[in-house]
Amino acid sequence: MKRNAHKRQILKYAVMQIFTQGALVISLAALIAVIIFILIRGIPYINMQLLFGDYTSKTPSIKPALIGTLYLILISITIAAPIGIGSAIFLTEYTNSKSRLIRYIRIAVETLAGIPSIVYGIFGYLVFVIALGFKYSLIGGGITLAVMILPVIVRSTEESLLAVPRSLREGSFALGSSKVRTIFSVVLPCAASGIVTSLILAVGRVISESAVLILTIGMVVNKMPKDFASPGTSLALDVYYFGSHGYPEQAAATGVVLLVLVVSINIIATVIGKIYGKGEFADG
Amino acid sequence: MDNKFNITVRGCDLYYGNFQALKNVNIDIEENEITALIGPSGCGKSTFIKSLNRMNDLIEDCRINGEILIGDQNIYDKSMDINLLRKNVGMVFQKPNPFPMSIYDNVAFAPRTFGIKKKSELDKIVERSLKQAGLWGEVRDRLRGKAMGLSGGQQQRLCIARALAADPKILLMDEPTSALDPISTGKIEELMSDLKSDYTIVIVTHNMQQATRISDKTAFFLLGEIIEYGKTESVFSNPKDKRTENYITGRFG
Repeated sequence: MKRNAHKRQILKYAVMQIFTQGALVISLAALIAVIIFILIRGIPYINMQLLFGDYTSKTPSIKPALIGTLYLILISITIAAPIGIGSAIFLTEYTNSKSRLIRYIRIAVETLAGIPSIVYGIFGYLVFVIALGFKYSLIGGGITLAVMILPVIVRSTEESLLAVPRSLREGSFALGSSKVRTIFSVVLPCAASGIVTSLILAVGRVISESAVLILTIGMVVNKMPKDFASPGTSLALDVYYFGSHGYPEQAAATGVVLLVLVVSINIIATVIGKIYGKGEFADG
Repeated sequence: MDNKFNITVRGCDLYYGNFQALKNVNIDIEENEITALIGPSGCGKSTFIKSLNRMNDLIEDCRINGEILIGDQNIYDKSMDINLLRKNVGMVFQKPNPFPMSIYDNVAFAPRTFGIKKKSELDKIVERSLKQAGLWGEVRDRLRGKAMGLSGGQQQRLCIARALAADPKILLMDEPTSALDPISTGKIEELMSDLKSDYTIVIVTHNMQQATRISDKTAFFLLGEIIEYGKTESVFSNPKDKRTENYITGRFG
């Protein structure tokens, strides 16, 4: 009896191991296949004309998309960073985290972070494009993106602030510092790497977003945007446009550019987190 | 605040919500003496020391009645400037809590808070405070180095220097050596005896020997009350209350 039970244990263990290993191999293989496929299809078509040339229907270019993407990053981060960081400071430093209202606000913020981006897109379309009469514009899309990344920034900034040990705040107050001095001289510098990391990841989300922009900035792939109020395009939108308008090679090439950008942004964020995140605090 | 820095506590009751942490505490703490607060965990001595620089204000639903005077000034008056109070009543915590910045910036933190910007002046304060804390010789060559790179004992002396740089008159120490090794503890005890001539020191300690070694007066706390308060010698050699005797001889607590 006992021996059989033991055998069954060994068998279960082996089956489990094979199954989990197989799952890992398949998920890695899928990921690598996507990347390799895009690279193989895209890299041969990356050239100066595609990146920085003037757009013609024979030789399309992603220059308008690069500029448009920069505009969108600038607009959305400029709006979302101060508001998001400010909200997080208020939530952690000025409220009692156990109060019911604050708990509800947290749940609301988390829920907002999980809303499908196309919903933000239709919001941006109805408000900026239609109601406020912006028409299709980078500013309307940028503001919509700001609304979309706000909850993400609030949540991650809040986490960075909560990770600053209470003892440091007490130490500052005990030296006669005001609340404002404590926040700016002790709490924020301690949380800086976490906050910067979260902003960089937010930039990554802006770069990868397409659903919001389809409905708000007009996907004008062939004209350079003149200013914030112009319609425009972004890298992600170009991939969609090229893919659906008979330029599959250019779509793959743009995909490579997008991939490289997002991967480098994630690496930068990780490096910043690693460099500044360790051994910072007395606790632990 | 005027020039007198003795502490007078009259009829002090303190509550955390419904829990009464201090019961009718009365005590006179003299200038330029070391007063030790002893008692078992949870007896209210840390709560008491935190009410002397109003650190309890940071705790939600903490209420306090009665009077705490420094000189003639009731520190719980509405007109009291809490930041100025905390500048005058420095505090050193149980666990060293240097800020994650340079040694220099740690010590210069409070002077900068109170508007000193000139480098020459800051340099002087930093050097003086580190010397007072007996740390100057060990860190003079690496003032720009990270405070977190110091050992635990050095970190605690840095925190003392940081508190002294605010130019306080009273120094509160909440079990300042309980996280340290015996050698660091010895250094800090020596330091306290040196500082006594310029500061009024109140120290919470769990270590009876420490209380007898360094303090002039000792107050024994039990369940939020002061059971006995007097000259350290007489409290330890000739306790008037049975409960004090039981505690200091190790029969409970």
